[in-house]
Amino acid sequence: MSDLSLPAPSRRSLSLHDKKVRGVFYQLLLAGGLLALVLGIGMQTASNMRIRGIPLSFDFWNEAAGFDINQTLIPYDALSTYGQAFWVGVVNTLYVSVLAILLATLLGFVVGVARLSQNWIVSKVATSYVEVVRNVPLLLQLLFWYNAVLKPLPPPKASIAIPGGIYLNNRGLIVPEIQLHSGAGLVGLAFVAAILCCILFWFHARSVQRQTGKQLPVLLISLVTLIGFPLIIFLAAGEPVSFVAPQLKGFNFQGGHQLYPEFAALLIGLSVYTGSYIAEIVRSGIQAVPKGQTEAAYALGLAPGKTLRLVVVPQALRIIIPPLTSQYLNLIKNSSLAVFIGYPDLVQIFAGTVLNQTGAAVQVMAITLSVYLVISIATSLAMNACNRHFAIVER
Amino acid sequence: MRSTFKGLLALAIACPASSAWSATLDSVKKNDVLTCGTNSATAGFSLPDNEGKWTGFVVDYCRAVAAAVLGDAQKVKFIPLTPKDRFTALQSGEIDILAHNATWTSSRDTSLGILFAGTYFYDGQGFMVHKTENVTSAKGLDGASICVTQGTTTELNLADYFRSQSIKYTTVGFADEEAVVKAYEEGRCDVLSADTSTLNASRLRMANPDDSVVLPELISKEPLGPAVRQGDDQWFNVAKWTLYVMVAAEEYGVTSKNVDAMKSSDNPSIRRLLGVEGSIGKDIGLGDDWPVQVIKQVGNYGEVFDRNIGKDSPLKMERGMNALWNKGGVQYAPPIR
Repeated sequence: MSDLSLPAPSRRSLSLHDKKVRGVFYQLLLAGGLLALVLGIGMQTASNMRIRGIPLSFDFWNEAAGFDINQTLIPYDALSTYGQAFWVGVVNTLYVSVLAILLATLLGFVVGVARLSQNWIVSKVATSYVEVVRNVPLLLQLLFWYNAVLKPLPPPKASIAIPGGIYLNNRGLIVPEIQLHSGAGLVGLAFVAAILCCILFWFHARSVQRQTGKQLPVLLISLVTLIGFPLIIFLAAGEPVSFVAPQLKGFNFQGGHQLYPEFAALLIGLSVYTGSYIAEIVRSGIQAVPKGQTEAAYALGLAPGKTLRLVVVPQALRIIIPPLTSQYLNLIKNSSLAVFIGYPDLVQIFAGTVLNQTGAAVQVMAITLSVYLVISIATSLAMNACNRHFAIVER
Repeated sequence: MRSTFKGLLALAIACPASSAWSATLDSVKKNDVLTCGTNSATAGFSLPDNEGKWTGFVVDYCRAVAAAVLGDAQKVKFIPLTPKDRFTALQSGEIDILAHNATWTSSRDTSLGILFAGTYFYDGQGFMVHKTENVTSAKGLDGASICVTQGTTTELNLADYFRSQSIKYTTVGFADEEAVVKAYEEGRCDVLSADTSTLNASRLRMANPDDSVVLPELISKEPLGPAVRQGDDQWFNVAKWTLYVMVAAEEYGVTSKNVDAMKSSDNPSIRRLLGVEGSIGKDIGLGDDWPVQVIKQVGNYGEVFDRNIGKDSPLKMERGMNALWNKGGVQYAPPIR
């Protein structure tokens, strides 16, 4: 029966009649075409720029910027370079994004659970929040928080005084400045040590519970350690940390730390808006866990709180995390709306002022787009890792 | 921002045939419309009126260029631009000419691929404060919050001035001029800083114009002028000489009312200006009566000034430095011959 045997490998030639060869050929053709298109556009842009005398180089990066920025987390003044201004923008964007992600997640989980509450008022309040916030454009919400809520606050001379040396006015929230004296480092070390102790104790408590079933009072002991230990060191070192209250002098308060209304409006706007989407994701995630799971947990004698925490939420997380990732990505990208309310984020500083002062439009836009791409991909990778961690492990 | 992206797109896909920008005049004639980039909303300078028709000082300059090139001051398409987007729009060819309150500086002339074609308004940067603050000098602004428009020389001058005076301040920047004025009005800032022309124009739009006072200090020189793309000398000349013709017309007493009668003047300077003698049109690539069209349809420099920002306007600005050179100012047109 030799005539039924498969054709010998030597007979395979590079023919377009071969399905595999054809597949590779078309893939290469497509990839080559795309590459040629990108290269063509790039070269066309470069030559158009050369013809029109538009700067093509990145020389501006090390030139003095010459303008000031009101909120910086890293050292910057008017004598710093455009490059430094870029980093100020990146850090400001990351700062507001990270804080807003934390707040939005917190808000979303609370509201998502509240929507499922048996309590009529709680669930209706949560539902109204989600429906109202989700259906109004984010830009309008940002303008609302900035123009209608924060800007009408009283001027500095009529500030609202909050006990503890804190003042609220239309320039923001001014809190006392923390001054560190010698020995302050010890208090910080004590705090770090307390955190490490708590983590060790948590591991210990877990192994005790696994072996004997006994539950140790983890929360109480942790709180006592976290507050008590640094406090003892603080008193022993002669109270090395002091607070300097801000003083109203001239136009505004001098001294103290200031939280600007532009930042606050962006943070609140982004958190509240994204929080409403996360609430829906959380609600749907919880509802997707089969009811039998809850019933089984009750049958085993678990209390409702523990059922939610130990049985329902871990399973819901598997459903929640993938859509949560896209919400985080949206939030990061939406932070660029800062430009409308005067918060100095990457787009405002770099794609705004720097672009205008240098005229290097193509370079600046390319860098700005790449930064958002890098931040988004990094977030995506982190969330995917998180997803793998929570995914069902097949045994 | 949208304009920036549009500009970048234009850079990426514009075909190489349009290579050297040598033909703006031809393309304007071919399209039979002048595309002019102006301020989005600055009273007296560039603002749409109740019927949506653009009016103002820089708007009239665009109309003058359209009258010169197309013989019709109405054939202008206005593109309102924020300071942030204005140079990109010009670089990329989205507009033919930029008539904005943009300051002529050496770096803008040499590094952006654009050229300023003269100065239609000599200005300086000043400060406006709320009267209740009782400040009389810029030196008393220690610790103040200052509202500015992003991407302007204002931002840079502020940093220079306060650094040299060792005064602490914070800036609050917005891309849009209206947002800046609003933030100042609502008390987010103690001070509004801009060119004095803009300060006066903004004050008109405030709910309580008398609650603010402009401080005496001027901290910079701000020559505002029209800009065109580099490498198109013919178009550069059209932009430059349209402005000079308007200034020269004021000097020789030629107005929109008497321009036709002036054609029979005995003064050789006037006869050359109005194209009766010499060849003012041919070499620049325009019709010989182009100065007549400019003056008849738009007016001379003084008429345009008075109508939009001077004594006949709500702004009531003094001529000051913008008076003619023989009347104590610095507006001066080279000889037309």
